[in-house]
Amino acid sequence: MTGPAHIFDKPNRYIGKPEPRADAARLLQGRGSYVDDQKLPRMVHAAFVRSPHAHAKILSIDTEDARAAKGVIAVYSGEDLAAHVTPYVGTLTHLAGLRSMPQHPLAMEVARWQGEPVVMVVATSRALAEDACELVYVDFDELPAAVDSETALDLEAPVIHPELGNNLAWERDMVAGDIDAAFATPGVHVVEREFRFGRHTGVTLESRGTVCDYDPSENQLTVYYSGQAPHMMQVIFSKHLDLPEENIRVISNDVGGSFGIKIHTYGDEIATAAAAKLLKRPVKFIADRFESFVTDIHARDHIVKAKMGVTEAGTIVGIDFDDLTGIGPFSMYPRTSAIECNQVLNLTGAPYVMENYRAKGRVVFQNKTLMCQYRAVGHPIAMAIADGLLEDAARKIGMDPVALREINLMADDSYPRSSATGMKLDDLSHKRALRKLTELMDYDALRDERTEARKNGIYRGIGFVSMVEVTNPSPMFYGIGGAPIASQDGATVRLDAGGALHVSSSITEQGQGTNAILAQIAAGVFGVDLNRVKVTTGDTATTPYGGGTWASRGAGIGGEAMLQAAQALKDQVLEVAGVMLQTGVETLDIQGGAVTDLNGTIRLPLADLARTVYYRGNELPNDLNPELVATRHYRVTDFPFVFTNGAMAAHVEVDIETGFVKVLHFWAVEDCGRVINPLLVDEQIRGGVVQGIGGALYEECHYSPDGQFLNATMADYMVPMASEMPDITIAHIETPTKTSVLGAKGAGEAGTGGAPAAILNAVNDALSPMGASIWQMPMTPERILTALDQAD
Amino acid sequence: MKAPDFDYLLPASLDAALAMLAEHGGEAMPLAGGQSLMPMMNFRVAAPEVLIDLANLSELRGISIEGDTIRIGAMTRYAELMADADVQKHIPIFGLALPHIAHDAIRNRGTIGGSIALADPAAEMPALLRALNAIVEAEGPDGTRMINADDFFLGMFETALDGELIKALHIPVATSEQRFGFHELTQRHGDYALAGVAVVQTSNTYRAAFFGVADRATRVPDLEQALEQQDDMASVLEHLGNIDFTDDLKANHTTRQRLAGVALKRALKGMTV
Repeated sequence: MTGPAHIFDKPNRYIGKPEPRADAARLLQGRGSYVDDQKLPRMVHAAFVRSPHAHAKILSIDTEDARAAKGVIAVYSGEDLAAHVTPYVGTLTHLAGLRSMPQHPLAMEVARWQGEPVVMVVATSRALAEDACELVYVDFDELPAAVDSETALDLEAPVIHPELGNNLAWERDMVAGDIDAAFATPGVHVVEREFRFGRHTGVTLESRGTVCDYDPSENQLTVYYSGQAPHMMQVIFSKHLDLPEENIRVISNDVGGSFGIKIHTYGDEIATAAAAKLLKRPVKFIADRFESFVTDIHARDHIVKAKMGVTEAGTIVGIDFDDLTGIGPFSMYPRTSAIECNQVLNLTGAPYVMENYRAKGRVVFQNKTLMCQYRAVGHPIAMAIADGLLEDAARKIGMDPVALREINLMADDSYPRSSATGMKLDDLSHKRALRKLTELMDYDALRDERTEARKNGIYRGIGFVSMVEVTNPSPMFYGIGGAPIASQDGATVRLDAGGALHVSSSITEQGQGTNAILAQIAAGVFGVDLNRVKVTTGDTATTPYGGGTWASRGAGIGGEAMLQAAQALKDQVLEVAGVMLQTGVETLDIQGGAVTDLNGTIRLPLADLARTVYYRGNELPNDLNPELVATRHYRVTDFPFVFTNGAMAAHVEVDIETGFVKVLHFWAVEDCGRVINPLLVDEQIRGGVVQGIGGALYEECHYSPDGQFLNATMADYMVPMASEMPDITIAHIETPTKTSVLGAKGAGEAGTGGAPAAILNAVNDALSPMGASIWQMPMTPERILTALDQAD
Repeated sequence: MKAPDFDYLLPASLDAALAMLAEHGGEAMPLAGGQSLMPMMNFRVAAPEVLIDLANLSELRGISIEGDTIRIGAMTRYAELMADADVQKHIPIFGLALPHIAHDAIRNRGTIGGSIALADPAAEMPALLRALNAIVEAEGPDGTRMINADDFFLGMFETALDGELIKALHIPVATSEQRFGFHELTQRHGDYALAGVAVVQTSNTYRAAFFGVADRATRVPDLEQALEQQDDMASVLEHLGNIDFTDDLKANHTTRQRLAGVALKRALKGMTV
């Protein structure tokens, strides 16, 4: 069903308008309140002794000197905390066969990655805690490490969990049609490449951190949490610290970026909560940048051998690939580390009509930092495989890559339908998006310019991607597998006595403007001015119950709940107004903070109505029970996920003497359904593209063969910087999802999911005159020079 | 990470600073802007017990022309150098090079003397001083020493300083016979270079100092001579083989040698006129 048009089309409505976000001034003036801004009475500080080895037996721990050091309150080993924290295992039942082992907040007996917390020191300042960490003597017996995912399954590889017999965490095969027969068909060209996707990580501006405050008088734990899923964390703290769920309050004030980093169970944070409980006082832990690099979840780390078959006329007959991904020594709790590989298997080639498909995924343990869900989980891998091979095939059969896509993209009028892998798809616009993209970038002129430049020894390339993004996940994502992760979200809208709205929601703000769109939806649907809406998010004690913001679900799910709640409150208010004005409800509306006639004439300011209800109820009939607050919840029911689509293009120049890549321009046409605030959506796309460029060109976690993280500083780990970023031109197609009235799909991950494939294709286009190509990310100068040296 | 506790001293004169340095010996480190030292302390790579902040030493400040050289106080910040008309006029290569040094925030705090004293092999300033044939004026308990830039940089983070502080740098004023070139290759603006070079041509002679390539700012006499003889570029670049190139995560020695050659070609192509 499509929602009633009038909600969006009336004058003075905010949905779809480029409203500046209300919190920008506060944040820019330094008035934000992040975890490290929390300073509580009697608060003490935690620091951790971390394993210097990738794999080592802990023979003994001597904490005597540390305990005697200045300012030290407590020192805990893994064993000390194990008595107070139950272990956790990162498996879910819907990921059949996924294996992991129990994890403790601090390493017990064996440390399994460099950076794993081993001993916790609590002192009166962080500096003193660090001083005391230097006085903790841990006798390690270094063990051989399984570092390289390619050899982690070898018989002679060190086995990280002897109980499991080998380092295989999970595997899955997916087959549709008959790929061997398809590839063997006469006239079918098969391209084959080995892709390598380096590890990278999220590098949030605000690092991970927590302040945990335990009050024994009420057995109450309050956790200040820089993260994305407060209610999930409430369950985790309850379950593993033996506290009733209702006695835990998780508060996320401002969050300085998360990108999927801050949605997992980290030993240092759990240890901080345990210490607060044991010490009966607030304990703060703020990860420094070094700790962030070695403990924040990493992403990607795939080696993919892939083939695509294409007929002479340009029809894709199928894809066949093998994905090997390394996840560190444990599957992350509670979301698991198999989702990324699963997404690669599910999403590769999803924009294209394809009968034959075969994919194998293997997820292996290794002695590196844990890998888990980071922005655009699996997407950049899936898109690079399909669209990288597609453009490779286009070169092989001498066809323009846009023309080849035109032949193979699912038609915009062919939905609902399924992908080759069985994904249910609806409301997509691949062909319109690609056409809009080629117009936006003036593809023909750009191609001519590229040809002209090559004559002068300037090697430019144009690369595309047609992509899907998984958004608005249903319970099929996590809940079905037993994870304490809500797939529904709630919104509450309250009319206050002054005529303003106070709204709250279970989705969270981590810098992307969640609160702004919630206010726009509430103001627009209910009918008050935007500046009369106050928003509360990120507090388990004061918001409805829900999942939080991840998997591009905030706007689509939390936004719909807000729409429903605002509509419900409007109906409730009009019922009261109808009685007070002695008129039928159907003749009334709410606009600009007042009850009006349908033509907009003010009949009763909301403040007058609310004051009557709240202060002078005696003026109302006794059988009228005014309810000026409404709550609604929403979940996606008809589909496992609501897919979005987009088409993107990159224009790059490769300096063939140095191997440097300059991104000259980037274009993105995105269909995220109803756009609630174009400013915010554009910035989500733009930021996502920049992160995608980071993965394609700059960011990589380097490890030595024995598992030492080699570049854990901002000087050595290269994040994309503003100076190098191109102009990013964005356009939208709006195909609202039929799963909600609001019609909004997610937009947060598209750029990150699509940009790497577009950059890869553009670089390979630029290298094509030399007969060179590159299939490894990041595409560093040295790798590009090597590709040029190896050109046929 | 947080730095361990340290004492902070703020001497008012160079003599007082030198006395403090002598008194505390190896436990003390001079602070000259802190753009490298402070992160090193926070990482606990450096843990001086005493920091002697040179910020208030007027003897280490000021830019003046003294005959055919320009004297620059060691505590001059990059931002001050970039804004100084005399520097722009008389050291044209600084105009080419200084914008490549890190970012505004760092150039506002970082000092020229601090960079020289640290002797980071990837930093621009040591190579610039070698190419310019500059002299380092060092002040110690035994008085003043004038040290040629060529003799100053002894290795990675290693200099000829011996209980001394850098007081000033003396740089020859550019002449009409001179042309200057500078090129560095970084993936991101402001990063340490994968390879870079500063070139000063005086009539037909060359001084070319490479940075980011080896354990220190490096000149290759054979290469400079080949330039003077106007050998073809391939022959010139062969002399890069004399450098013991660094291997690291961003580029191995082969790539570095290749990039050093590209930097040299591009520096020569972009020489001032």
